[in-house]
Amino acid sequence: MAKRIDVSGLSAYYGSHLAIEDISMTVEPRSVTAFIGPSGCGKSTFLRTLNRMHEVTPGGRVEGKVLLDDENLYGSHVDPVTVRRTVGMVFQRPNPFPTMSIFDNVAAGLKLNGSYKKGRLADVVEKSLRGANLWNEVKDRLNKPGSGLSGGQQQRLCIARAIAVEPDVLLMDEPCSALDPISTLAIEDLIGELKERFTIVIVTHNMQQAARVSDRTAFFNLAAVGKPGKLVEIDETERIFSNPSVQATEDYISGRFG
Amino acid sequence: MSQAANTGIQERPVPTAAASRNSLSSRSLPRWAPAAFAGAAIVLGVGIGAAAGWQSRIQWGLLSAVLFVVISYVTTSVVENQRQAKDRLATSIVWVCFLLAVVPLASLVWTTVSRGAKVLDVYFLTHSMAGVLGTAPGGGVYHALIGTLEQVGLATLISAPIGLLTAVYLVEYGKGALAKAVTFFVDVMTGIPSIVAGLFILSIMLIAQLQPSGLMGSLALTILMIPVVVRSTEEMLKLVPNELREASLALGVPKWRTILKVVLPTAIGGITTGVMLAIARIAGETAPIMLLVFGSQLINPNPFQGAQSSLPFYIWEQYKIGSEASYDRAWAAALVLIAFVMILNLVARGIARWKAPKTGR
Repeated sequence: MAKRIDVSGLSAYYGSHLAIEDISMTVEPRSVTAFIGPSGCGKSTFLRTLNRMHEVTPGGRVEGKVLLDDENLYGSHVDPVTVRRTVGMVFQRPNPFPTMSIFDNVAAGLKLNGSYKKGRLADVVEKSLRGANLWNEVKDRLNKPGSGLSGGQQQRLCIARAIAVEPDVLLMDEPCSALDPISTLAIEDLIGELKERFTIVIVTHNMQQAARVSDRTAFFNLAAVGKPGKLVEIDETERIFSNPSVQATEDYISGRFG
Repeated sequence: MSQAANTGIQERPVPTAAASRNSLSSRSLPRWAPAAFAGAAIVLGVGIGAAAGWQSRIQWGLLSAVLFVVISYVTTSVVENQRQAKDRLATSIVWVCFLLAVVPLASLVWTTVSRGAKVLDVYFLTHSMAGVLGTAPGGGVYHALIGTLEQVGLATLISAPIGLLTAVYLVEYGKGALAKAVTFFVDVMTGIPSIVAGLFILSIMLIAQLQPSGLMGSLALTILMIPVVVRSTEEMLKLVPNELREASLALGVPKWRTILKVVLPTAIGGITTGVMLAIARIAGETAPIMLLVFGSQLINPNPFQGAQSSLPFYIWEQYKIGSEASYDRAWAAALVLIAFVMILNLVARGIARWKAPKTGR
């Protein structure tokens, strides 16, 4: 069910401020695409335009097209709520719902949308928690609050919550930046498994992580502070890290700036 | 220890007696020093006050408080150092302020309890003033208690939903001129004196030719209650992290369900406390009740028709009669009112604790 994303001529604004300008790229289904680049170059903004979360920010608006298997996300009759059910998202900081138990957190997407059968809920929760490699750690305390878990467990809980609604695409905004190396490893392994079923886009500041988990890598950069961020190049991860076609990419990856 | 030796970690040199007098430690006052300062200040204050022949105990207390601050500062700056002295100065001022705030409160509670407990019993709580001469002993507060419960209950029923929805609008949806206007008018409403709210409803009553009733009082109380509910709920909703809203929206949950199922449950503890505090504020209002509910000696359980009484009104009424028995009743009713508000507060705290986001493992 994984879907291809085709972005063409996309610009995103915060009020009158142009954050990213004229981005075009293709994200292949059943693969991991990593976004790298210096802070403030618009990686996260671009990621958020892919499931229409950008317009949740006050003043956020978008120009251009995002095609999800030939359907424009920004078409005039498209409901952003439906888009977000199709394109899930995991955030930088783990954000389980504090009022809900572990079970309810995972079931939240289904329960809050009201589209579930009572008997199936437990199956979905178990499947999602297994999918997020968390089942064995929490199966005995599903009724405990989700905020009692460790940071790494909370992040995997959030991933379980995101995959429970069975999206076609999973967006991850620096999912490991608040985690220790062991939790990071757990989540990277998980990403490797999840790409069998989902199209995954991940923003990361960690170059090694991009090299480890992704099939393709996109490098973003901005000309100067206050200027809009742009896509410099996107290519196979191996090419980007060994023989990029743009000098700026090589400079960034080899640590000469940024 | 032996493990440390095995792993080759060098043991720290044990400090000798001479080394412990190094630059890191210095002379310090014992832990009981503040208590001793306080004792000395009180003795001195009382002594000076008595010697100078001051009549007022309040003067004695204030002198002791000032002496306490001065003694703490001077002694500490002599024995310890300037930084510790400043620390002690700030600490003692905080303590003095705390006591100054607590003394009136404690004295108020003490007076009310000691004078109110005289006639407060089951009979007092279950009987009205029907057929009781104002100057004679006997009678009770039942009709006023019912009045307060019904009027405050009705006012809460009307203003809690309005206030809650207004706050949700302001925090979650409102932007631009309308939200600014709403905020402005809520602020203005916060400052409305209760007598003005009462007069406003009274003018409507006169125009529409309505009779005084509990409901009319409730409407005036509603005007007073709505801004408090809006303000407190607004603050609570602002405290809900934006990440939770985004997490829910990113799951494909519509905005209204996000607010209903994620934002409100997260803030429900604080919202409940806010509503309870608003109730506590209006439960003591007298002016609108005098204008709009008229007051009564009889039990009238119907808030929609006929005059009622209420606790603050009852206190005022009894105090005005001016006999020994009516004073007793006024104090007892004051005690009942304080207990009512306090019980509400405890309930609110209970709900807040029960509903608050859990952190246990």
